[in-house]
Amino acid sequence: MALMDIFQYSFIIRGLEAGIIVALIAPLIGIFLVLKRFSLIADTLAHVSLAGVALGLLFGVNPMLTALATTVLASLGIERLRNSKTIYGESALALFLSGSLALAVIILSLTHGFNANLFNYLFGSIVTITINDVYAIAVLAIIVICLLIFFYKELVYLTFDQDAAQVSGVPVRLVNNILIILTALVVGLAIPIVGVLLIAALIVIPVVTALQLKKSFLRTIAYAEIFSLFSVVSGICAAFYFNLSASGAIVLIMLAIFIIVCLANKRGA
Amino acid sequence: MRIVDHHKNIIEVKNVSFAYDRQREALKNITLDIHQGDYVGVIGPNGAGKTTLFKIMLGLLKAKTGTVKLFGTAIESFKNWQKIGYVPQETDNFEANFPATVREIVAMGRYRKNNFFNGRRSQDKQAVQRALTQVGLWTEQDRLIGDLSAGQRQRVFIARALVNEPEVIFLDEPTTGVDQETRNNFYSMLKKINEELSITLIIISHDLEQIIKEVMHVVCVDQTLTCHQSTAEYLKASDSTRILGQDVKIITHHHHGANGHLSI
Repeated sequence: MALMDIFQYSFIIRGLEAGIIVALIAPLIGIFLVLKRFSLIADTLAHVSLAGVALGLLFGVNPMLTALATTVLASLGIERLRNSKTIYGESALALFLSGSLALAVIILSLTHGFNANLFNYLFGSIVTITINDVYAIAVLAIIVICLLIFFYKELVYLTFDQDAAQVSGVPVRLVNNILIILTALVVGLAIPIVGVLLIAALIVIPVVTALQLKKSFLRTIAYAEIFSLFSVVSGICAAFYFNLSASGAIVLIMLAIFIIVCLANKRGA
Repeated sequence: MRIVDHHKNIIEVKNVSFAYDRQREALKNITLDIHQGDYVGVIGPNGAGKTTLFKIMLGLLKAKTGTVKLFGTAIESFKNWQKIGYVPQETDNFEANFPATVREIVAMGRYRKNNFFNGRRSQDKQAVQRALTQVGLWTEQDRLIGDLSAGQRQRVFIARALVNEPEVIFLDEPTTGVDQETRNNFYSMLKKINEELSITLIIISHDLEQIIKEVMHVVCVDQTLTCHQSTAEYLKASDSTRILGQDVKIITHHHHGANGHLSI
């Protein structure tokens, strides 16, 4: 296979486009989630969206819509449960994670439908990405980036010190809700494209890697973007040339970068 | 420089009670006024409700009964939060690996003055520079917060509170884990902030010996308000009674000491 063959397949081009867009927005959300010690929210919402997909399959509605609706609703529920302080934040995540998986499994057993479709949702499928998927994710990316720029100062402040931010007049509850809804939207829209496994990883791993470099806030974001984009592009190419699972390849590349950065850090210190 | 009216109440706490759960009341029937330009030390044993009282005065917790007024406005409808600076207890909130430089942290305090639409960035930059100069850390502006000493970090948080030119700053145990010399420098900086910038200061401290040398008024909290008086009155009273069970010897030592600003 010649090196440039990759560009002759339109599905690969679309896969690259969608992958790059998701790779751009995931760390932008991830930086706030990781620093708020809320990394697992992405994983939880990813599983919640599975229940949404199952609901869609059950009622014959477009699964993408039901997935979006359930993740947004669940995200607000998690935030509320966390604020009420009746249980720990991470316990709220565990409740939603196991609950939604159980719901998904039950619905699927009702519909006898543990089919290939669902496999795509778990691990993503760049082969089946349509041009409309790319448009949808691009519009979402623009919305996410605009909202993040608009609330940037508020988000940074409350991530660093929520009490001081609130005393300074930051509408803490509103901004927290916006962050969690954005997370739900990104997870919900990205899953049919990149899968449950990859979206949770894209939100967390590049940010955790960039944090090892100990830079300013803006530079940390920039490095996370570089790691994320590099992993997605090289992962998709590797998947194409070696006939691997793209999401698996991307996650392993991200982890490899993380390990390299950690080792380099240790050596430097 | 703003004109200070020492009779003007900027914070009025009236009959405030609070409980975290049904079993135990954290605060009982607290009534307290803070005057403009004052420098108040809040003292009391661990678990006495000092931080809780702070959080109620800052609107972070809602009193079960009673009212709080900030600058004459009921706290529920108070909007002028840039008049208030807050330096929380570090142990609660601090994350040593947070990726932010000193300058980024101080700039957080300015979030209101520069939003997406009216981005007066040059004014923000000036305000950050001024605040960092006031606490003597302008040269450290590009260092990461996690690389600073505990004493320097506290100065950064003071700068973050100063950056909006507030009228009052709340400080919750700001000198925890700091050596004596750093502590002394820190208090002389606070004195300057109070006297030269005319900013009212309210400070929680468990270090009775030190705080009594610094502040103008003392507020003792132990679920209820056990005292609220000038430092001189407090020292006189503690001669005969052992308020808070602290070692009176330490206090009487300062009676006869060379602390010129305490006229007893």
